[in-house]
Amino acid sequence: MSKPLKQIHLAAHFPGVNNTTVWSDPEAGSHIEFSSFAHFARTAERAKFDFLFLAEGLRLREQGGKIYDLDVVGRPDTFTVLAALAAVTEHLGLTGTINSTFNEPYEVARQFASLDHLSGGRAAWNVVTSWDAFTGENFRRGGFLPQGERYSRAKEFLATAHELFDSWQGDELLADRASGTFLRDAKAGAFVHTGQHFDIHGQFNVPRSPQGRPVIFQAGDSDEGREFAASDADAIFSRYATLEEGQAFYTDVKNRLAKYGRRHDQLKILPAASFVLGDTDGEAEEIAKEVRRQQVSGATAIKHLEFVWNRDLSSYDPDGPLPDIDPDLGEHHIARGRAQVRMYRDPLATAREWRERAAANNWSIRDLVIETGNRQNFVGSPATVAKTINDYVQADASDGFILVPHITPTGLDTFADQVVPLLQEQGVFRTEYEGPTLRDHLGLAHPDDARGERAAS
Amino acid sequence: MSSVPSSPSSPSSPSSPLHLAVALDGTGWHPASWREPVARPRDLLTAGYWADLVGEAERGLLDFVTFEDGLGLQSSHFLDPDERTDQVRGRLDAVLIASRVAPLTRHIGLVPTVVATHTEPFHISKAIATLDYVSTGRAGLRVQITARPNEAAHFGRRTIPRIEGYDSPDTRDLVGDLFDEAADHVEVVRRLWDSWEDDAEIRDVATGRFIDREKLHYIDFQGGHFSVKGPSITPRPPQGQPIVSALAHDTVPYRLVARQADIGYVTPHDSEQARAIVAEIRAEQETAGRADELLHIFGDLVVFLDDDPAEAAARRERLDALAGAPYTGDARVFTGTPAQLADLLQDLASAGLTGFRLRPAVAGHDLPAVTRGLVPELQRRGAFRRSYEADTLRGLLGLARPANRYSRVA
Repeated sequence: MSKPLKQIHLAAHFPGVNNTTVWSDPEAGSHIEFSSFAHFARTAERAKFDFLFLAEGLRLREQGGKIYDLDVVGRPDTFTVLAALAAVTEHLGLTGTINSTFNEPYEVARQFASLDHLSGGRAAWNVVTSWDAFTGENFRRGGFLPQGERYSRAKEFLATAHELFDSWQGDELLADRASGTFLRDAKAGAFVHTGQHFDIHGQFNVPRSPQGRPVIFQAGDSDEGREFAASDADAIFSRYATLEEGQAFYTDVKNRLAKYGRRHDQLKILPAASFVLGDTDGEAEEIAKEVRRQQVSGATAIKHLEFVWNRDLSSYDPDGPLPDIDPDLGEHHIARGRAQVRMYRDPLATAREWRERAAANNWSIRDLVIETGNRQNFVGSPATVAKTINDYVQADASDGFILVPHITPTGLDTFADQVVPLLQEQGVFRTEYEGPTLRDHLGLAHPDDARGERAAS
Repeated sequence: MSSVPSSPSSPSSPSSPLHLAVALDGTGWHPASWREPVARPRDLLTAGYWADLVGEAERGLLDFVTFEDGLGLQSSHFLDPDERTDQVRGRLDAVLIASRVAPLTRHIGLVPTVVATHTEPFHISKAIATLDYVSTGRAGLRVQITARPNEAAHFGRRTIPRIEGYDSPDTRDLVGDLFDEAADHVEVVRRLWDSWEDDAEIRDVATGRFIDREKLHYIDFQGGHFSVKGPSITPRPPQGQPIVSALAHDTVPYRLVARQADIGYVTPHDSEQARAIVAEIRAEQETAGRADELLHIFGDLVVFLDDDPAEAAARRERLDALAGAPYTGDARVFTGTPAQLADLLQDLASAGLTGFRLRPAVAGHDLPAVTRGLVPELQRRGAFRRSYEADTLRGLLGLARPANRYSRVA
């Protein structure tokens, strides 16, 4: 007997500060003005997507000691944009990355609980960690946190936030005019947390929100990160959007759930994925090539090579051959505030491999960066892209995808109009939202169901 | 960018235009307000409740609304939790409420409370800048300190000793220190707003540069409580500098207002007191080197408004009886008719106040009484606008869009 068809989960990442956003395209609009976010969110909701996702940055990136100026720079505050988007959408989930290092649990918990109230149960939190002093220079706390304590602090931060969310049962607000009783229990919201990172107590001041707690996302990829997700998260924002890598990651993480007493479907795996559409597969390939050239200018190619070489390579010609000097193996100093820096764990081997590939294919520096940095996951006609996405999900490479268009804010429009209807025709994607909350969209249980009571609100 | 020609710097004429704001807090400022039939105590945690109130204020052409907030459960006690169950408890984050209603409104200013104690100025700066973006130029903040030991325990990063005597040297030191920290907090927030020049985003396809990084600035703030490097991650907001406001009752907070604010809320009980407070703040303003800058001083009043003055007084008595004690607070409590309130406001304005922040005793009753009773009365007297004359909060307040402190003169 064949497996029943899985329902696909789709979300949209507002393209912001990254090297996939093509800001030079004439169609590219503002990445700051609210009208851009509203357009993007309305498109995602029209397409019945599960949620919209916003990343976060807490220090502008630098390279060679100067603020990086080649990608989009600047973004608005995550919470504030999501709260405003709640006013222009009705169903769409609102997911934000919020750092657990440069925040305090009481404040973040009340912001997420507030967002959940103000959106009628659509809030989600992508918990990320940081440790670097570079980012810390913008905060009271500074950059003190040893790298090894990242997940320990994140775990305790999340556990503490859960204690705060759970400090209200949901039935405390009586507001009984006749008896004059507003609050059933004077101790509502009481909490005590004593741990390695937080020693706090008192009363939480946001009563229980529609979802009980926001949906929890996790994005780390290390062994520790995967354990953290398996034990505590509702969904993973992964970066393995190819079939084989996706399947390997999916199997690995889902297999970790059992030891925490969790079922396979209690953790959704959603890789970030880019796409390029054309009327035909051939046209899409042509457009995709052009997009890659726009994404990687000569200047961008040199800067990208500097991540690996850890040296100033500004004297090199991007249309010429790769440098014959080796990477600087000292402490990484060339680029700060970028996640990519940590992706090249063996710079010498990477440099050697890249030189060989460039020589074999007669690639310039720019050609090489375009080829090796290619992150276009789905390229083709709407029918091809719809089929590929569905094939991947049915083959357990993921539970769905978080789509990252390369144009702000209209990059999702064609996908919504041309790909989504095909998925709907195949019966693998919703045609209407089934419930009001993000937990409903993702098929996640309400945390109060386990207690056999729903919040009366 | 709009800036308004009429400056309220000569408020001596009884008919010169006033600025009006309302302070929103729960079901209203009277602790028993939630028991009124018109109150919606079960809706306080919904977006619709706040959208309705702000919409009403906007229909009344008010300059702005403020949203109260705090880092602990509400309490009738000044310093400690009170464990009372007969008053409204629980609230949502004020910045998020303001942001949630911003797309539903077009003209009215949105001024959430921000607690400077325990929070990160970097986060606050980008949050208010973003509120300015989502409201297209209508954001402000009302900065507040907290000296409550229980709220410090919610953060666990420092202990705030319990204030025993209000006049003791220890209390003065503690409060002075918290206000100094708040002044630093606002200074950082303001520098971060300026850390991008307005034309920093260039999208220069020829050179591949998205920004001109020469137009982004490290703020390099070093203070007693924290240091912040900058620049902001959020570009300079539409107003350049959103409005900064603070409630002040004494010399130390007056100084914060004089040094850092665009609006100070004060609580005189008569015009003589108002004159004295205004004089003190103006002197501090001069000391701070800001004598030539427009600094609004708004009077705060709690209002019970009815067409019949006896009705307003009776309503106050009825609510006091329900609350079990006469309502008193920092601000004068007014009961009476819209016309009587208009008289009082014009009298206080003659003492140098440039506007008022009214605190509706019962939000569902006294806010509409302000917008549908007081506002028409003031309009008849030529003392209030008949339509919104500007698109930004700075514009409504007669404040020009400030130059960026980091811009180099060409």
